[in-house]
Amino acid sequence: MTPLTTLFGVVMNLPERPMRWAQGRLREGRLGWVFVAPNLAVFALFSFLPVAIDIYYALTGGTALLPSERPYVGAENFSSLLVCDNYFDADSCRRDVFWHGIWNTLRFVVFQVGLMLSLSLVTALVLNRKIIGRGFFRAAFFYPVLLSPVVVALIWKWILQREGVLNAGFASVGAAPVNWLLDANWAFFWSVFVSIWAHMGFYTLILLAGLQAIPAEVHEAASMDATPPFRHFRKITLPLLMPNLLVVLVLGLIRAVQMFDEVYVLTGGGPGTATTFIVQYIYKTGFADQVRQYGLAAAASLLLAFVLLGLTLVQLKGMRRGA
Amino acid sequence: MAPSVLTAQRGRYAWDWTDWAAHLYLLAGVVLMFGPIAWLGLSSLKSETGLNLFPPTFLPYEQATVDAGERGKLRLFKVTEGDHQGETLAELRRIGRQAQLIDPAHPETIIRRPGAAREPVMQVRAAVENYSGLFSQFNFLRYFWNSGFITVVATLLTLLVNSMAAFGLSKYRFQGREPVFLLMLATLMIPPTIVLVPNYLIATELGLTNSLWGVIWPAVATPTGVFLLRQYMLTLPDELIEAARMDNASEWRIYWRIILPLSAPALAVLAIFSVMWRWNEFLWPMVVLSRSEVYTLPLALNSFQGELTTQWNYLLAMTVVTLVPITVIFAILQKHITQGIASAGVK
Amino acid sequence: MFRSLIAATLALAAGLSAAQAADIRVACYSDGNECEATAELSARFMKENPDINVVIDKMAYTAILESLPVQLAGGNGPDVARVTLFGTVAKYFLDLTPYLKDPAYWETNFGGSLSWMRKDAADKGIYGLATQMTVTGPIVNKSLFDQASVAIPGPKATWDDWAAAAQKVAKATGTPYGMAWDRSGHRFAGPAISYGAKYFNADGSLAVVDDGFKAMATRLIGWANDGTFEKDVWASAGGGSYRDAFNEFANGKIAVYLSGSWQVTRLQKQIGDAFDWVVAGNPCGPAACSGMPGGAGFVAFKGTKHPKEVARWLEWLASAPVYAEWMSMTSNIPGHAGLQKGGVTYHLTPAGNAAIKAFSANAPAISPVAYKLVGSPLSGSIYTASAERISQAMSGQITTDQAFARVTQDLADAAAAARK
Repeated sequence: MTPLTTLFGVVMNLPERPMRWAQGRLREGRLGWVFVAPNLAVFALFSFLPVAIDIYYALTGGTALLPSERPYVGAENFSSLLVCDNYFDADSCRRDVFWHGIWNTLRFVVFQVGLMLSLSLVTALVLNRKIIGRGFFRAAFFYPVLLSPVVVALIWKWILQREGVLNAGFASVGAAPVNWLLDANWAFFWSVFVSIWAHMGFYTLILLAGLQAIPAEVHEAASMDATPPFRHFRKITLPLLMPNLLVVLVLGLIRAVQMFDEVYVLTGGGPGTATTFIVQYIYKTGFADQVRQYGLAAAASLLLAFVLLGLTLVQLKGMRRGA
Repeated sequence: MAPSVLTAQRGRYAWDWTDWAAHLYLLAGVVLMFGPIAWLGLSSLKSETGLNLFPPTFLPYEQATVDAGERGKLRLFKVTEGDHQGETLAELRRIGRQAQLIDPAHPETIIRRPGAAREPVMQVRAAVENYSGLFSQFNFLRYFWNSGFITVVATLLTLLVNSMAAFGLSKYRFQGREPVFLLMLATLMIPPTIVLVPNYLIATELGLTNSLWGVIWPAVATPTGVFLLRQYMLTLPDELIEAARMDNASEWRIYWRIILPLSAPALAVLAIFSVMWRWNEFLWPMVVLSRSEVYTLPLALNSFQGELTTQWNYLLAMTVVTLVPITVIFAILQKHITQGIASAGVK
Repeated sequence: MFRSLIAATLALAAGLSAAQAADIRVACYSDGNECEATAELSARFMKENPDINVVIDKMAYTAILESLPVQLAGGNGPDVARVTLFGTVAKYFLDLTPYLKDPAYWETNFGGSLSWMRKDAADKGIYGLATQMTVTGPIVNKSLFDQASVAIPGPKATWDDWAAAAQKVAKATGTPYGMAWDRSGHRFAGPAISYGAKYFNADGSLAVVDDGFKAMATRLIGWANDGTFEKDVWASAGGGSYRDAFNEFANGKIAVYLSGSWQVTRLQKQIGDAFDWVVAGNPCGPAACSGMPGGAGFVAFKGTKHPKEVARWLEWLASAPVYAEWMSMTSNIPGHAGLQKGGVTYHLTPAGNAAIKAFSANAPAISPVAYKLVGSPLSGSIYTASAERISQAMSGQITTDQAFARVTQDLADAAAAARK
């Protein structure tokens, strides 16, 4: 035993006595609270309390940052966000960028999560085979996850700019250069692509863990019955992988809805508003503009949280049924 | 996809086409994943001028020079037309459209050529000064220590606090368990940008500004961590706990002697994420740490970005330097994850 | 375990906040070597004044823009910060007048930039020291003009003349675009003012979208669509994000580039003698031949515990010899009226020296409207709205008229929020 592990052991044994004391006094259920308490306390201080302050911000106006200096305006921030002639045409809305953000985010979530889930699954299935140098491949697919979003965006910006690496490659085979970030559809495509590139490894890892947890006997039994491979996949692998798939889906959805840094540095939300997502609107309104309409930003993020909460509840229901 | 890809049948000796397809897929993936990163590494060795070159070069190029004694270092050009076509000459100076060149072998004769009739001779040279400049320019070790301290301490606390919560939420039945879990999960939905200002006000009240602990404390409770660990602990059989209780083990002991070791694979996954999050974290440290003695590496890295210009050469070198430690940690932990997952799979 | 950690926290926090007698913390950002040069000079100052310790904290510009207001609101701001959008943090400014030995020297020499830091015309406070003055203007690839045998437009030439000339050069030399501007509402404002944009009513209230603004915006969108103007820089980004066209110019891909005096060091370094480049006078319009002034400044904050020391440091930096040296180190145009008449010796290449001179020469032609715009507490919002909405129209997402309506609306919202 090294001194470090000894020290660690001593420290970790410290709560033993008070816990035993509490155990004598509390019923089993209450003991659960004791374990949850530290985490809950941090959440209360740095998540729940700030959200409560944000709710107050959303109901007040002006540019002051101290809650005490802000005048109460009621639901004005919320209502101004919701004024639209036609909810499907963002340009007809009072806050057009907010609505562009909503629609773009929805589109992004559908494409990004769908594609990323499929690609992660395929990669996990491939990595689950008997592969030469599997450890290396697994690490390689995971590596971009380690990069910070800003670095990811900068790398790809250099690749995609008009005189960038990709167009240089095109030119060397005689193809005409493409203004990747000037065309709305291309810019959107690259936003999806880059975010998948950066995050796929994480989800692949979770799915791979699930695949490897499936006991080998299950597969062996199936191959003895000579089950056709696709049927085997659908009837055995997929159901057993369901818990991991749901984890990936929930986390992927939430991340996609909150997508910001990568795309913001890559495209700045352009061209026009083609890649402006909802969090970028919140950021711009509350932070980047000279006149910080913090109440408006808070109101927008509360609306976003509302939508997300609904989505997640549906997910959790599905998960409980799956589990 | 290939049929047998879907079933992970192992132990066959002959390679069929699905094996080829799988390896090909992976190789293509590696190129796609590492290509941009390799390019980042190569770019960090380019000079400021080399970085902005159109079209971009793969290797770091720089114009070749020749040492011409008292005339200093002169840049080399290749003459493209006229009398000296094809010869490599050193440029003395340029006046208007005329370039004055000399042959390095015969420096006494000055050759006058139109400026357009020459092109620079390029050679590969790594701009190591991007890196050495970093170390001389600022207190690199200090930032490294700050980042390292935050990363290590926050990760240890995250593992402890999150695993305790996950244990409480997965192995005890109590009133309010579901709402608490949902509430914790709900914090996933808060975009970090939006709680920045309230959080700063709270940190100010607690005296955490310009302190490394100001970055650590808000980070130790992560919804993802609680979620991952809880899902994992749910799969651990309750009989283990019952048996331990029979042996009169305390609940704390059950948590840290039985559940925690069994959760090692999930803990390893969370550890690597925590390391990654804390090491790369930028937005919150930027607000809470404004004095250079408490800067983290990402803050120092971003100080190369001005209003109107950015010093890309330093920024890229700094990015690479920042990537190295996390890569090493990943390389080490990755093995543990693999083993952890493998052992979990055998059970 | 918890308790011991909290104790450690407190101990660490106490250790860090145990400041020395007169620590001056300066939040600084660099576009070149401004922070480094300031630190170098301050080291000399500290030798002469051992009771003052100046610490320059160099940070990202985003940290100044986004975090500084939050820190000041929380009461933890620095003593001094380098700021460019003064309106964002104006309510925390400290009036240095009572601490200065010679306020009149500041009024005479830094009058222009001092007024930008003030809330309104009635405000007579001295809040900070300009770290430089910037002037925008067209940077021209002379080699391309020569190759195309097109003369560089003269001093009275309009933006239309310039656009036509640039396009001619691009066509003749096979260059992808004739002209590019930095993506910035600030850069756009110069030409717009030359074409008659007033930005304000006589009473000082905002009236951004007028005939002059429309005239220039419409032209710009037209040039982008007919290929005269490099559309990428503007249309491929969203929101008010800043993009420059420096790389395109340095690589010889555009003939005329509208940027500013802060580019000189970079231009001489990166272009070398790949081609000849010159800075021209600002093109004209019916109303003026105006570029945009600008500049950042070190401003002092009310929260400082050492106002006297801050004033002493800034006064030392502001003194003519030190200020001249500072400008020479950073290759910037001085914000000091006395030194603007040639009191600074630069260590630049001949091309760089000529460029600085040309940019300085553009200063007298700057319209009063431009000064007023830079000094407006809503200037940042105006720049953002112009860049964002004009880009949207340029990319074809909305019509030009919709863009104008949006600019008006965005600014009405900003003004309303700022009033509350």
